[in-house]
Amino acid sequence: MNNIIDKIEEANLIGRGGAGFPTARKWRMVKEAEGSPKYVVSNASEGELGLHKDIHILKKYPEMVFKGMVLAMDYIGTKEAYFNFNEKYYLLVKWKIRRLIKKYNKLGYNFTVYQEHPSYIGGEETALLNAIEGKKVQPRSKPPYPVVCGLFCKPTIINNIETFFNVAQVAEGKYEKKRFCCINGPVRKPGVYHVPEDMKLDEVLKSTKNWPKFKFFVQVGGSSSGPVYHYNQLHKQILSGAGSLEVYPATTTPREILTKWFKFYAEESCGKCTPCREGSYQLYELIKKSGAIKWKEIMQIVETMEKTSFCGLGYSIGKPVKSYLKNVLKKKI
Amino acid sequence: MKKIQIKIDGKKILCNPEQSVLQVAIDNKIDIPHFCYHEDLPIDAHCRACLVEVNKKVVTSCNLKVESGLSVLTDSPKVRKLRNENLELLLADHKKLCKNCKVGYYCKTAALMRKYRISGTKYHRKPINKPVHKLGCAAEFDPQACISCGKCVEMCEKIGIGFLKLEGKGADSHLTYNCDPEVDCIYCGQCTVHCPVAAVHEQNEIKDVEAALRDKDKIVIAQMAPSVRASIGEEFGLEPGSNMEAQMYTALRKLGFDYIFDVNMGADITTYVEATELAERIKKGGVLPMFTSCCPGWVKYAEFYHPEILPNLTTSRSPQIHSGGAYKTWWAKKMKIKPKKIVVVSFMPCTSKKYEAKFEKLKIKGMFPVDHVLTTRETASLLKKRKIDLPNLEPGKVDSYGEYSGAAAIYGASGGVMESALRSAYFFITGKELKEVKFKEVRGMKYVKEAKIRIGRKVINVAVCAMAKNAGNLIEEVKKHPNKYHYIEVMACPGGCIGGGGQPIPSTERIIAERIKALYKIDNKCKVRKAHLNPVVQDFFDNYIAKISKRKASKILHTSYKKKKKFE
Ligand code: SF4
Ligand code: SF4
Ligand code: SF4
Ligand code: FES
Repeated sequence: MNNIIDKIEEANLIGRGGAGFPTARKWRMVKEAEGSPKYVVSNASEGELGLHKDIHILKKYPEMVFKGMVLAMDYIGTKEAYFNFNEKYYLLVKWKIRRLIKKYNKLGYNFTVYQEHPSYIGGEETALLNAIEGKKVQPRSKPPYPVVCGLFCKPTIINNIETFFNVAQVAEGKYEKKRFCCINGPVRKPGVYHVPEDMKLDEVLKSTKNWPKFKFFVQVGGSSSGPVYHYNQLHKQILSGAGSLEVYPATTTPREILTKWFKFYAEESCGKCTPCREGSYQLYELIKKSGAIKWKEIMQIVETMEKTSFCGLGYSIGKPVKSYLKNVLKKKI
Repeated sequence: MKKIQIKIDGKKILCNPEQSVLQVAIDNKIDIPHFCYHEDLPIDAHCRACLVEVNKKVVTSCNLKVESGLSVLTDSPKVRKLRNENLELLLADHKKLCKNCKVGYYCKTAALMRKYRISGTKYHRKPINKPVHKLGCAAEFDPQACISCGKCVEMCEKIGIGFLKLEGKGADSHLTYNCDPEVDCIYCGQCTVHCPVAAVHEQNEIKDVEAALRDKDKIVIAQMAPSVRASIGEEFGLEPGSNMEAQMYTALRKLGFDYIFDVNMGADITTYVEATELAERIKKGGVLPMFTSCCPGWVKYAEFYHPEILPNLTTSRSPQIHSGGAYKTWWAKKMKIKPKKIVVVSFMPCTSKKYEAKFEKLKIKGMFPVDHVLTTRETASLLKKRKIDLPNLEPGKVDSYGEYSGAAAIYGASGGVMESALRSAYFFITGKELKEVKFKEVRGMKYVKEAKIRIGRKVINVAVCAMAKNAGNLIEEVKKHPNKYHYIEVMACPGGCIGGGGQPIPSTERIIAERIKALYKIDNKCKVRKAHLNPVVQDFFDNYIAKISKRKASKILHTSYKKKKKFE
């Protein structure tokens, strides 16, 4: 399977963890990097709100995930892989996983399972590596990037479960440029769907019989960090980020939605950098106060988090808040 | 290395290509606020205070490598807005929480807040609800005041202890300590000298000193450690390595001390006692290698982590305890002063000296040899409070019983105690005076130094090390090769006491190296370079110690050690 990398390249696979980095490029960099043993890490952290596709894949297609990981291991020439599990997920699938680990063990591949407390920061690659190494779960300074200095500072491929699934599909010639989409909210048939990656969002909702009867807006690609669109904008949008689509009735109040987001950020900030650690706490405090929403104060913190946070968790807060203001409230602060 | 040119706020600056923009700014005295950057520690880049603008983008400068042609702005409107918001978030409630600010002592953070117009009241910190934790009677930390910069944790780790750690997610993040029964603090205070907001600080004794000075019944003696004179100028804006000895004597008089003596005199006593012991151990086959014991941080390390090595520690007391004890006995008798009326205040570069001063075992006739210890920082705070402008004072002189030799002056530098002891041990072993007094091999900032020293017909192998981590390695080496060394000096702090936990902030290895130069300059200028030739010390030994009982003398000169428990 020497041409796997060309196939991946040809299929244009990009990472499904949310960042969207070309998979072939990542793998090549790890192959070229100095150091051994190299590692393959698969991430089923899903700390972001609205996501549950990883568990769906693990339940339905665990063999495919292993196959993808083994392809990665063969490609970079290692026998060492780590499986990062949201610990809640592991409980649900551990029998299957253990059986597969045994099977591949016999073929000389080592898989180590790491169970993390579900947390959003686990989605940050370098924070995840720190967690596996037993360090404080906080992101590292980059560079060096994990492709050269990853797990135990060895070249490391980290990909999401879905990416490994896609790799296996590519290898089998079955890849159809589809991605998993978690549809959430007060819709008829919430759940995980496998849809063409370029399908417009209105189509996604309609084809899955989830187009609501009421007026609504949506949040795409993660229900805390993803952008927000009004329903009449959906014909221009496709699935993005980590692959979720949350439907909110138009009657949702700004306080409700901001409370949901700010609570999430306050609880999930790892505590490393000032804007996110202190800012997320202050945002949650501000929104808990009764009276009119203090938009000006809120936006000053949001802006500071967006522009000066250390990692993606902190700076991702700008997207939902700003797009919500623009697309739904049609408000300028 | 080829220098490259960058621009900061339009000003052209040559710098070396390895540096970060923040480091270049610091070196060129361009102010960029920063809380999580220290040049000797890892770059964390998480306080997000050191923002600058590059190509219309705002980025942190501590992890921004310089590049030829780079142009940064440190105070553009964009920078100001984001930086000030981060400072408001970071320093929320600081003035309420910072111990220095609360009692009105000088605080660098408060000065920064004034400069950048940070109110500190825009936001309120999340309550942490954890009590202040005391590090013995040396230092303490307040989890609520901690801004999670991580510097103390990294420093405590670097010296080889790992007592401190940050805990908690998000705004719950705060400083706490290691519960492992095998890990304990050695009171060195390296955490305090690396904290940008005094959330971990020395246990303040300024009030006690002020009370003693006010008390008409007391005779209050000031004694300054070797290192303080070479660093305190930094608190008043002088370059590192400015020697403030003469100004300090005047300042201490102005503060109202009755007598101005010097811990350097005590250092000469220590050298005398220690060199005598070394000579004896070598001549009579005592336990070798002998380790120094004048650093209470190191002694606590040995007593907690390596009790098996305690027989190797010299039984000599430390300089401040020697001079304090000498003044309360010999000098008091000479002056016909009731010893109980005497209050001895030490000015030290160190927090563990506070811990040492309270040892019951050191009491002489029920009296502590030293009553209060102020760090260099506390000393500066006290002077500022009393509006004493140290650098501009008339030079003063030490009172005659505080006179010292050059051997004492270098005690502050790693290798200094060793060098001083060798100068005297040479005489005690051979009966001849050493001609060339410099032992260059044991000088300098290297963490571990070794040398072979010829004394008469004997060659003595010595090692000098700084920081617990290296001491631990040396102890292992000694266990493997018991005959490898004769004499080993250990200091807990980088560079020795001159890099101590009570020194001015910032304290970096480059700054410490400058301070060290000042100490060797003092030694060079001294007429008497050997402790045993100091007339004050000779008077003390010949006319007092020689005439009292051995038991009594020992109470003034010697100490003992025992295995210690956690928090002891
Ligand atoms: S932005 Fe800062 S505090 Fe937030 S998760 Fe990243 S490093 Fe941690
Ligand atoms: S005093 Fe020294 S040993 Fe104790 S916590 Fe501070 S740095 Fe660590
Ligand atoms: S105590 Fe000070 S040095 Fe330590 S983490 Fe907190 S703010 Fe930083
Ligand atoms: S000094 Fe640069 S982020 Fe803290």
